[in-house]
Amino acid sequence: MNINLTLFAQMVTFAVFVGFCMKYIWPPIVNALAERKAKIAEGLAAAERGHQEQALGEQRALDLMKEAKTQAADIVGQAQKRATDIVEEAKSDARVEGERLVAAAQAEIERETNRAREDLRERVASLAMLAAEKILQKEINVDTHRSIVDEFAKQL
Amino acid sequence: MASSEMMTSQEYIQHHLTNLTFGLHPEHGLGFAHSSADAAEMGFWAINVDTVFFSILLGGLFLWFFKGVAEKVSAGVPGAAQNFVEWIVDFVEDNVRGSFSGKNAMVAPLALTIFAWVFLMNLMDLLPVDLIPYLFGQLMATFGAEPHHVFLKVVPTTDPNATFGMALTVFFLVLFYSIKIKGVGGFLGELTLQPFGKWGMPANLILEGISLLSKPVSLALRLFGNMYAGEMIFILIALLYGGGIVLAGTAGLLQFVWAVFHILIITLQAFIFMVLTIVYLDMAHQEHH
Repeated sequence: MNINLTLFAQMVTFAVFVGFCMKYIWPPIVNALAERKAKIAEGLAAAERGHQEQALGEQRALDLMKEAKTQAADIVGQAQKRATDIVEEAKSDARVEGERLVAAAQAEIERETNRAREDLRERVASLAMLAAEKILQKEINVDTHRSIVDEFAKQL
Repeated sequence: MASSEMMTSQEYIQHHLTNLTFGLHPEHGLGFAHSSADAAEMGFWAINVDTVFFSILLGGLFLWFFKGVAEKVSAGVPGAAQNFVEWIVDFVEDNVRGSFSGKNAMVAPLALTIFAWVFLMNLMDLLPVDLIPYLFGQLMATFGAEPHHVFLKVVPTTDPNATFGMALTVFFLVLFYSIKIKGVGGFLGELTLQPFGKWGMPANLILEGISLLSKPVSLALRLFGNMYAGEMIFILIALLYGGGIVLAGTAGLLQFVWAVFHILIITLQAFIFMVLTIVYLDMAHQEHH
């Protein structure tokens, strides 16, 4: 419990310790702490920025989606219109085609009828000739009586 | 305990309160003191080997550990040791920022050194009072020394030399920065011109002088007193172990309770020493009007 030289020894030791601490220990640790603090602040700011960008992106995505929906609706509408147009066109085409077929068929019928009539006329003329031959018992000159036969045939 | 069986209680206490002093005795010459009276007779030119040894050992431990962390310190994810060190550094830095308004790169490392060093020195108080002194006595006995005359105090802060050593260093720093910041005139003016103005100069000097001188004294004596008293109680409790099974059981309980309470005192005293140092240095850096 005596105050002695230990006092000075302790003072010197203390001063040396403080000097050592000040030179080799305090600065690196405090720098690291400050650096980490800066990093964390940076990270938080980045996160905040990220949030804002996300909100912006979501908004943009919504806008795009809305636009796409209207476009899709337009396209569907146009397609439907086009489909009805095509159907209408096909209907009218079919009608025209049908009329054309009917007309062609009628013409064919007409032609056939005429040919049949012609045929029939020929047959009747020759039959008439045969009949007349038999009646008169003599030959009739077909060429000389052609006009009479044709006249007869026409009346059929 | 072991050594008390052969000593009276008084001798036991005395034995524990004597430092291992090395110095020049007027009669026995250069050597270790064999009794506290011897140590007193050596006067100023003697050194308490135990105090110096343990304080340097503990301070070295602190510096070694912190230096190891400081070398590998990274701003990334800290490891366990770095986490622990950062926690302490952060705590000290908070205190310095809260109490110290000036700009001085030395104050924070000084505060850290005080806190860690004083804490470690106080922590020695939690070792069983007889453990190291007994082992040391036995060790010295193998060299032919009488164990009862081998002294050892393992808690450096129970030696006023240690506490006054730190307190005086802090005091010199206070004086140095007072004069550096305010100039010799400013410092003397602060001592003599307030609170009563220039006509009350003697009264001012007495008041301010006492308040200035009380700083290192209170700083040193507070720490010394607390640790000395704590150590004393541990010694008294240790004495109970020799008094039969009931007293020994009581002593065990008391020792546990006191040790738990002492954890608080140890930390608190280290903290108080640090904070007061910061505050004193802050006052040294401030101009009073």
